[in-house]
Amino acid sequence: MPNVMLRENDAGVLTLYVPKKDLEDTIASVEFDSDDAWGGELTLTDGTSFIIDKLPGKPDLPITIRARRGVGE
Amino acid sequence: MAMSRDEVESLIQEVLEVYPEKAKKDRAKHLTPNDPELEQSKKCITSNKKSLPGVMTIRGCAYAGSKGVVWGPIKDMIHISHGPVGCGQYSRAGRRNYYIGTTGVNTFVTMNFTSDFQEKDIVFGGDKKLAKLIDEIETLFPLHKGISIQSECPIGLIGDDIEAVAKKKTAEHGKTVVPVRCEGFRGVSQSLGHHIANDAVRDWALGARDEDDSFEKTDYDVAIIGDYNIGGDAWSSRILLEEMGLRVVAQWSGDGTIAEMELTPKVKLNLVHCYRSMNYISRHMEEKYKIPWMEYNFFGPTKTIESLRAIAARFDEKIQAKCEEVIAKYQPEWEAVVAKYRPRLEGKRVMLYIGGLRPRHVIGSYEDLGMEVVGTGYEFGHNDDYDRTLKEMGDATLLYDDVTGYEFEEFVKKVKPDLIGSGIKEKYIFQKMGVPFRQMHSWDYSGPYHGFDGFAIFARDMDMTLNNPCWKQLQAPWKKSAEEADESVAASA
Repeated sequence: MPNVMLRENDAGVLTLYVPKKDLEDTIASVEFDSDDAWGGELTLTDGTSFIIDKLPGKPDLPITIRARRGVGE
Repeated sequence: MAMSRDEVESLIQEVLEVYPEKAKKDRAKHLTPNDPELEQSKKCITSNKKSLPGVMTIRGCAYAGSKGVVWGPIKDMIHISHGPVGCGQYSRAGRRNYYIGTTGVNTFVTMNFTSDFQEKDIVFGGDKKLAKLIDEIETLFPLHKGISIQSECPIGLIGDDIEAVAKKKTAEHGKTVVPVRCEGFRGVSQSLGHHIANDAVRDWALGARDEDDSFEKTDYDVAIIGDYNIGGDAWSSRILLEEMGLRVVAQWSGDGTIAEMELTPKVKLNLVHCYRSMNYISRHMEEKYKIPWMEYNFFGPTKTIESLRAIAARFDEKIQAKCEEVIAKYQPEWEAVVAKYRPRLEGKRVMLYIGGLRPRHVIGSYEDLGMEVVGTGYEFGHNDDYDRTLKEMGDATLLYDDVTGYEFEEFVKKVKPDLIGSGIKEKYIFQKMGVPFRQMHSWDYSGPYHGFDGFAIFARDMDMTLNNPCWKQLQAPWKKSAEEADESVAASA
């Protein structure tokens, strides 16, 4: 259950950063991305995924949040 | 003569040949020819892994990262090296973080404070000694503004509760006391020490003025993050930002103070120079205080101008107009520097092996002088450092992570650079091999190298090292061939 930080990079692309694990990558897809639900499985560009709780709408970024490792590669 | 990708790969294989099978496999992952096409460095190089036992590494420890880099330069705090005396004493004042103040009265950077652990402190614990030490500091140096406790290895091993002492003494003396759990055995290099130090700033110092709105803010407040004022670097950066119309509220941490740190959450933009050591706190401030951060590079006129424009773009037109004025003002100055030194340095090849931000940031400086960087590497870089390096370096140039003493020597013998930029531990080896060398950790006792003013000094230093007549005198006269000897006789006649 790592803490991950979600933020938008200079280009405005959503990225996921895991402190102390040397992992920072852009997020390719978000499972739920609508006005009333946001989150679920976040798939990174390299195929790995992290699962966060479903939030009631897109959070104010950047945000640090608990995540589980998804299946991914 | 640039090496082709195949040549670089065979060079790496050749160098790896002497290692035992397992070590060879491990080291192979840390050495690669550069491929600027790649977006992500993890596809070609591995970094931030434990060094192999038995090889000569140049890395430091977590204590070095915290006390030496992040906390040490904060001038009005006293940084206690908590543990045996050596760690503090042998690293004292080595990094040349310049500061203004009267040492021993209101500033303490070059002094060494230590709890000097003895056997009995290991057996019975050192908390009482630490408390006493803090009381003594309060009596002897009443103008200090805070204390940080930098743990050395034994503190973690014996499990002292320095946090409890810190809390008690903060309450007692009313000054910030920060316990930092930067025991040397944590992590694989000084890099984790930076992270731990950043976390300590976050947890114990940064939020001190959150409830206090008395500080008058302007729309042009910025903080310089990750500039350690080596030889005055932060000063030559700061004047450029101030001439642009920005107000520099804080310098982290060269010539910085605890008050500046506490005011940083009030700024509009964090300017990050050393990404490696201070990205953590920038990320935290972005999340908690919504302060955006951006990286910049003040090495060499090309990169400086690029960075100044990028910084100005974050502000209004008034700043942007002033930024252009600043760029125009310094143009004749740096053009004169280039005109003077470029003909003397053109085409020379450089190999770098340094830490932090420099293996990629100084490339621009060399290129502005017509020099080419043919190899670079980080002592303690992570993936994200190499991500940023791939684009800066030419195709098939050599990248080496946590290079060993042996590998570095072999690379130099084969690549034959005209100049090497690395640390003091490499300096004399390469000078004795007859290769001009600059110590690029603390600018070889020179500096500053940042900004336009720094570039002039940088160019002069590179010229006086590379074109020093001593390099022609390395061969003993009786070992010279007859023709060479004739020439020198003719020249002296």
